[in-house]
Amino acid sequence: MIDRPEVALDDLYREVVMDHHRRPRGRTPLARVDAHAHGFNPVCGDDVLLSIALDDERIVGIQVQGRGCAICTASGSIMAEMLPGRTVSEAEATSEAFRGVMHGKLAPAGVDLGDLEALEGVQKFAVRVKCAMLPWVTLADALRAWRTGGAEATSTTEQELGR
Amino acid sequence: MAPIASSAAGFDPRALRTRFPILDRKVHGHRLVYLDNAATTQKPAALLDALRSYYSNSNANVHRGVHTLAEEATGLYEACRGRVARFVNAPEERAVVITRNATDAINLVARSWGATLSTGDEVLLSEMEHHSNLVPWIMLARERGVVLRHVPITADGQLDMAAFASLLSRRTRIVALTAMSNVLGTINPIAEIAEAVHGVGAVLAVDGAQSVPHLPVDFQALGADFLAFSAHKMYGPTGVGFLVAKPELLERMEPVAGGGEMIREVRLDWASWNDIPHKFEAGTPNIADAAAFPAALDMLEDIGMASVRSHERELVGYALDRLLGLGWLEIHGPLDPDRRGGLISFVDPEIHPHDLAQVLDTLGIAVRAGHHCAQPLMRRLGVAATARASFGLYNDRDDVDALVDGLVAARKYFGVA
Repeated sequence: MIDRPEVALDDLYREVVMDHHRRPRGRTPLARVDAHAHGFNPVCGDDVLLSIALDDERIVGIQVQGRGCAICTASGSIMAEMLPGRTVSEAEATSEAFRGVMHGKLAPAGVDLGDLEALEGVQKFAVRVKCAMLPWVTLADALRAWRTGGAEATSTTEQELGR
Repeated sequence: MAPIASSAAGFDPRALRTRFPILDRKVHGHRLVYLDNAATTQKPAALLDALRSYYSNSNANVHRGVHTLAEEATGLYEACRGRVARFVNAPEERAVVITRNATDAINLVARSWGATLSTGDEVLLSEMEHHSNLVPWIMLARERGVVLRHVPITADGQLDMAAFASLLSRRTRIVALTAMSNVLGTINPIAEIAEAVHGVGAVLAVDGAQSVPHLPVDFQALGADFLAFSAHKMYGPTGVGFLVAKPELLERMEPVAGGGEMIREVRLDWASWNDIPHKFEAGTPNIADAAAFPAALDMLEDIGMASVRSHERELVGYALDRLLGLGWLEIHGPLDPDRRGGLISFVDPEIHPHDLAQVLDTLGIAVRAGHHCAQPLMRRLGVAATARASFGLYNDRDDVDALVDGLVAARKYFGVA
């Protein structure tokens, strides 16, 4: 009776997402860490450890560690691949645009979401939005702490509630 | 109503399914295979009828007013208490406090009996507890300087009884343990533990959220002082739970919530309390759901809890064989079905539990994925999360087979060889 799951699943696990899940980028340790944060999803116990190297206002390297599902892993992998070279404010604009997409909005013109577009289908699976957002919530905290000269930040996906 | 034909277990789960309207529905085009019974069970039509009947015929507030409806509502609400007392063999109806759920019942013990503890007194818990039997005690420890100790688990997920014996001391005032783990399925030797606990002059509070719905439970034979459980995990409605306690202990406890119902006499600056159990039931209770719950108890009593247990023991044995037979799953908890209730937590090392549950959902199979409100146990097991299949009366081998096929399909989908 059961042979292959329905096609709807392919909305969630697109080919690009599966590729990032199977071969996650950004796992290599950085020579220098300027900002870091630990993100935690209390719903499932997943966590993300983010280390960021900065050159003035420009992100030059990202390492993603931790344990996560395919969606969380892919989202972190895409982040690690796309953000180096962007400035902090560009990264924050990307993060806001992606958050908007996860909550059913269109990405604003001028923001290139790159491979993140492959995660667009996650918005149809409400409980999985937190999985996709965990690396980005963690990024926001790391950058906030870096700006204020604070130490390591801890964030949780509960900050996604009510958004 | 469909007859429940006899089988080895004493009843036919498939015939029983016809009593549960929700089991007729399709999920993503597939028959619903509901394997999340440890989270909550589905409800028989008789329960839904009882709810409707209560609101259609008897709705009124309880314990006040002399009109006919008020009398009927009070009778139905109190009948629930009586039925629950008989179901778990409580010594008296007064021994049953109606709460919101098992969590509420444990909080009542922690706040009220816990208020008799002072700095340096110890509360003994275990590593396998649900958050509902950890957090109320953490709150007590913060408020009163009480020391929390935890019985470790063995490699196969059982309580380490040697460690239990050495942790139990004259400093121990309360021991609070689950009778059956919601993650490992482990059935703990509560009667043996109760004897040791009383030997040091402490009281034993048992989290029966998983045991009361699935095993024969005799409160007096267990020897526990407190027993907490929820109606919604035993084919009853959400919003009703129970604290069964020795009446002499309830007599000595202060209420934790004040208001209507729980008082005898109130002046502007003074009040005295109602008798037990009412002094613990402030405000208008969940009358309708309590009134309806006996319809679920009727079903459990018709089948008999010994038959319920033998059905689920047989099913969990079959499921363990089939899941182990796949050869790639990590299975947590005891492998002996005699020591395990009807649930299995497992991890596919190649697929995150959330992804696994997502694939199974598209096949109509409902399992739980996550930390199961037992983060300390997850840490102890060295996993972030597990997937869990938990069985109920209406599950049979076909459901286990569907789960196994789904696990194979998930590996295929994720390209795991």
